[in-house]
Amino acid sequence: MTGVELLNWARGPGLQIALVVFIVGVAIRFIEMWLLGKSPDFAEARGSAAAGGWRTLFTRSLPMPGALKRAPLVFLGGYVFHIGFFITFLFYAPHILFLRAVTGFSWPALPAYLIDVIGLVSIAALVAVLVHRLTDPVRRFLSRTGDYVAWAATFLPLLTGYFAYHRLVTDYTTMLALHVLSFELLLVLIPLTKLMHTFTFAVSRWYNGAIAGRKGVKV
Amino acid sequence: MHEPETLGDVLAKRGVSRRGFLKYCATLASLMALPPSVAAQMADKLTRATRQSVIYLSFQECTGCLESLSRTHSPTLEGLLFDLISLDYQETLLAAAGHAAEEARANAMRANSGKFVLMVDGAIPLKDGGVYSTIAGRTNIEILKEAVPHAAAVIAVGTCSSFGGLPHANPNPTGAVSVGTLMEKGLIERKPLINVSGCPPIPVVISGVVAHFLTLGTLPELDGYGRPKVFFGDTIHDRCYRRPFYDQGKFAKTFDDEGARNGWCLYELGCKGPTTYNACATAKWNGGVSFPIESGHGCLGCSEPDFWDAGSFYAPLPAPRAPLSAAAGAAIAVGVAAGAAVGLAGLYKRKKAQQAHTKLTVDDLETEKKP
Repeated sequence: MTGVELLNWARGPGLQIALVVFIVGVAIRFIEMWLLGKSPDFAEARGSAAAGGWRTLFTRSLPMPGALKRAPLVFLGGYVFHIGFFITFLFYAPHILFLRAVTGFSWPALPAYLIDVIGLVSIAALVAVLVHRLTDPVRRFLSRTGDYVAWAATFLPLLTGYFAYHRLVTDYTTMLALHVLSFELLLVLIPLTKLMHTFTFAVSRWYNGAIAGRKGVKV
Repeated sequence: MHEPETLGDVLAKRGVSRRGFLKYCATLASLMALPPSVAAQMADKLTRATRQSVIYLSFQECTGCLESLSRTHSPTLEGLLFDLISLDYQETLLAAAGHAAEEARANAMRANSGKFVLMVDGAIPLKDGGVYSTIAGRTNIEILKEAVPHAAAVIAVGTCSSFGGLPHANPNPTGAVSVGTLMEKGLIERKPLINVSGCPPIPVVISGVVAHFLTLGTLPELDGYGRPKVFFGDTIHDRCYRRPFYDQGKFAKTFDDEGARNGWCLYELGCKGPTTYNACATAKWNGGVSFPIESGHGCLGCSEPDFWDAGSFYAPLPAPRAPLSAAAGAAIAVGVAAGAAVGLAGLYKRKKAQQAHTKLTVDDLETEKKP
């Protein structure tokens, strides 16, 4: 298969397959969670569950006090690659064109040079957290295949994107095809792995605060 | 016996000075990334070279490639270079017709067996025995099978003969394939093959390839698609004079907005320059006047395989090739149904577990203690 054929497949049937798996998978997981619900709480509410939920949704997204001192690499690496990943994904001009074609919405892009630097920093951060995971005995012991799969699925779109932008390794067309395919792999793996936290982070952060909020406790 | 005419004789007849010819050879050498010293050798060798027999076969094509080659260069030096070629068979240009034309081809093949260059223009249909394109009652594949074994080299002119082009586009009703595919499949003999793609290809690329073959006796270095690297080594995008606007994020949004008038990047209007390898941005067209992007239209990607099937010419490169809404809609419906089924199955399981649950009493504990 040539680079052009690969790119045509990735931009056509590949994208459709990935999108269908992604939507079906995410829908199943969300509806399942919602249908199972939670046990009824017969105690009298002492505060607002919703208020508590919204509060933790926000507060738990902020750095935990002391985290920087306790695990500086995980803390910095984690924030850097998450923020970097979303900036490169959402503010690179070609990505915005893709999202506009799919969703109909568009917004101003950041200069390509800036995206280039941010992408590279994100790649470095991801490599750092992987090295830390492999060298730290406790983290290594706790890591399962799924953790490495999730890491690779996040890493590959950044790496192939960087290679494509700089015309590295192979011709641009083939690298672009690999980049699109790596994004499609990420889409497919989101509902199947812990990458589902892309969406469920909000649910769990809200839920923790809502339980406490109902009991009148601020967390 | 009459001495075969050399290019030197032709040039002398046309009143072209040696200085002018050297300049042309220097341009050609630099275009092909050869050292400047080669220019003199090239001029020397070309001047003494006799006419190279060329058989030009036209199959499923539109004659645009020939238009590009023949019209744009006359009466320039590239045109004169073509005088060096003895174009022994070309249906469109041939004075003879019918049986006489076919005889000219047979004679040229016989007389120059093993020495002639076979130029192929157009795709070759294979479906239903190849009946969708025939010349003098013979299918394209039959003619090619006969001609290729006698050729020194094959030059596939244009995207159709290089990659299948328009006839090969989905749904490819005639089963059209490229010359390269036929060689890969073993349907024709393998010979040195150069793909000079483009719809049409740039004339100077053709003359460059021919000059390379005539002077150095070898084929130029080829890329993964069998195209000469010197002309197909860079993308249009990387050599485009509008590239700085891409890097700055300045894009024309329509063909007549402020951005378009300012000459900003045409990426958002569907320019396929980033994935297209060709020399348009450097060699340009019409004697170096301009190229499509310079005229305000994005690159169609015509020198790449399957460019007809790569989605709309006016959809930006990152846009999906086909609309996703139908697939997404179906996925949402399936996802909701499957989610409901999984969720309800979970609820049923929980209910069953609750029903199966029996309460423990103090008596139960007492009985447990007794034995």
